[in-house]
Amino acid sequence: MAIKRRDFLKLGGLTLVGTAASAAVENLLIKGEAKAEGYTSAPESLKGKRWAFVIDVKKCKENQSTCGFKCIEACNAYHNIPNIPDPKKEIKWIWKDNFEHAFPEESTNKYLVEKLEGIPFILLCNHCENPPCVRVCPTRATFKREDGIVMMDYHRCIGCRFCMAACPYGARSFNWYDPRKYLSKVNPLYPTRTKGVVEKCTLCYERLADGKVPACVEACPAKAIIFGDLNDPNSEVNKVLEERMAIRRKEELGTGPSVFYLID
Amino acid sequence: MYNANKVIPGIIIFILFFTAPIWLNFGRLEAIPQPELPKGEKKCVESKEYMRAYHMKLLDDWRKKAIRENQYIYINSKGEKYRISLQKTCLKCHNNREKFCDRCHNFVITHPDCWHCHFTKEEAKKWQ
Repeated sequence: MAIKRRDFLKLGGLTLVGTAASAAVENLLIKGEAKAEGYTSAPESLKGKRWAFVIDVKKCKENQSTCGFKCIEACNAYHNIPNIPDPKKEIKWIWKDNFEHAFPEESTNKYLVEKLEGIPFILLCNHCENPPCVRVCPTRATFKREDGIVMMDYHRCIGCRFCMAACPYGARSFNWYDPRKYLSKVNPLYPTRTKGVVEKCTLCYERLADGKVPACVEACPAKAIIFGDLNDPNSEVNKVLEERMAIRRKEELGTGPSVFYLID
Repeated sequence: MYNANKVIPGIIIFILFFTAPIWLNFGRLEAIPQPELPKGEKKCVESKEYMRAYHMKLLDDWRKKAIRENQYIYINSKGEKYRISLQKTCLKCHNNREKFCDRCHNFVITHPDCWHCHFTKEEAKKWQ
């Protein structure tokens, strides 16, 4: 049975109409699912353009014997950070290291080393102005927000660890194990991470949304960590930085770190 | 048709075999999942029907809006406001994974990886 040309064209036309109609119906259905009236930012949230930390090294040093590094403790407890003993596989968001390791480029500056040698510096993600980790992330799992936070979206992280190679500060950790096995106390308000994703300090984005300062800033009994918006000329961080001497880690790399260390 | 006496019964047996699950479960209703709704709470952020069909899409939008655009408040179709957070908002009422989430997910054999990171208070006790 051979099909006539006329019938063939008719069928073709019908197919086209059918396809168009089904696409239109699908469109209507999809429109139906967008139900939200909208989204907005929380009125109580802290708003900034470039969040920054200023760490008063002298104050920090004076209080280290008594404070027991409350900043690190508070962060670990709040964010359900596992305590993995193997230093090659540990997870750290905020940690301490000595001056020589934190500022290796200053190690030839004999006079600075003399003054600061051996002092534990509080280190964390620098939330760079020009973050190399964001540039290399192939899935945009890590990205820079408008308020200056270098964020992580663990849902999109494929665990390639390019960001870890790119970060000059060692601020990123990879989950080699299921972190839940290494938690002693759990904060039910914050999720854990899963095996195979990279994590780091997120500048307590969810606390900022609730109008609270980051956990480390709140926990420091000596108030040695000052937090504020670098973009706001009247903010405390700007005032302190205008008056006193501050250094940043590996400034020569051009990443524009947002964590400052007051050294005078 | 050649060998019709063999081919036609063959086709019938084939069709019956492949549709066996339909006939075996015909009229049985107990297989339909019955998720247990949270006690004490009468309404979710959107209607039951909407949540049933589109909760995964809503959660996806929530995530994008909250962490990428810093928009932490969801205004629902009635104009009510909710804080965007799986841990703080959803799981506050839906606090039983086995009796709520898993009942449908297991039925349709979908295993979303939400629970690799998110957890309920009850669950945390197990691995603590």
